[in-house]
Amino acid sequence: MFQIDFNKLRFLVCDDNPHMRRILRTLLHSFGTREVYESEDGATALEMYTHCVPDIVITDWSMPIFDGLELAQMIRQPESKGNPYAPIIMLTGHSEKRRVTVARDAGVTEFLAKPISAKGLYQRILNVVAHPRPFIKTKTYFGPDRRRNTNNTYIGPERRVGGEVEVMQQPSLLDKARSGV
Amino acid sequence: MAKQNPPALQIETFADHHVITQPNPLRKVLRRAAEKDLDDPVARAEKALAALSGEFKNWMAVESKRLAAAYAAILKNGFTDRACQELFRAAHDIKGDAATFGFPFAGDAAESLCRIIEHAPNLGAVPPQLIEHHVDAIEAIVEERTRLNTVTTASELSRKLRGVADEYLMQVNRDRPEHLEAILAPSLVPAG
Repeated sequence: MFQIDFNKLRFLVCDDNPHMRRILRTLLHSFGTREVYESEDGATALEMYTHCVPDIVITDWSMPIFDGLELAQMIRQPESKGNPYAPIIMLTGHSEKRRVTVARDAGVTEFLAKPISAKGLYQRILNVVAHPRPFIKTKTYFGPDRRRNTNNTYIGPERRVGGEVEVMQQPSLLDKARSGV
Repeated sequence: MAKQNPPALQIETFADHHVITQPNPLRKVLRRAAEKDLDDPVARAEKALAALSGEFKNWMAVESKRLAAAYAAILKNGFTDRACQELFRAAHDIKGDAATFGFPFAGDAAESLCRIIEHAPNLGAVPPQLIEHHVDAIEAIVEERTRLNTVTTASELSRKLRGVADEYLMQVNRDRPEHLEAILAPSLVPAG
């Protein structure tokens, strides 16, 4: 059986509602997390994302000025200096299917509709820790693979064009920095 | 954990997309534990949430007052963009929080109000009583929760508000198929 060492995880929580931030902080601390950074808007969250380097981001959608969707889009910039691959869990009162699609297309890793539950949050965290998906980069999308269903029963048209596969090994960012690239 | 070196990426290039895989950077936080040593973080978190629940009624009262203030601002200054956004955010927060705080029917009424704000073609043309009754109902549900029979009344009230709101929205959106589709689409959250 596997367990998550929550005390090794660093979270960034972004929600404009102080009550929801308190709930999230309570849940994460009781899971065992020590480091929970909080922001009440997307702009501050983006700044904290760069400085605090969280392992997992949990964000609300609807916030003033700079919302959670924009935050996800800003994080998922493949050329950005920060880490564009961190898991993003969208925790929102929006509960319509079309919203899930929009969030998914913005690069959100997991979607959790409110009302929040300890079990729901734990499962989303376990999913991003234990089963990370590869990232897909196209002209219009950069984010976790939107195809979660890996069985071969799909019978529609293939929308991704295949071709010769070229595997490139990339050095880590730290190695790049050390070699002065 | 976050201070670790970023792992090397493996990139597979196809005609119109790249598949980028990195060794799981969070793998080290997963540890194997014998069944007898497993703890239950979910139960621990639920207990912590229960310990916090004494504050929920006050929090809900704050949220409900924020909604009433947002509506009062609209009555005073009209349906400005800023005022409408604040009304929506206040209702949307209640929709998301209320069930956690033990007020599921206030959440249902708030969801109905959110749908009106999102899908009415012109908020200024919505019958004033429709918005007002939602705001009043949420306040009443929050204030009267401790009285007997309020669960039934709150349930009935939120159900009727949703019925009236949906009827209105379907009528005013009859020529706006994308809104009609959204109004009729089922919610991801199972009904309480």
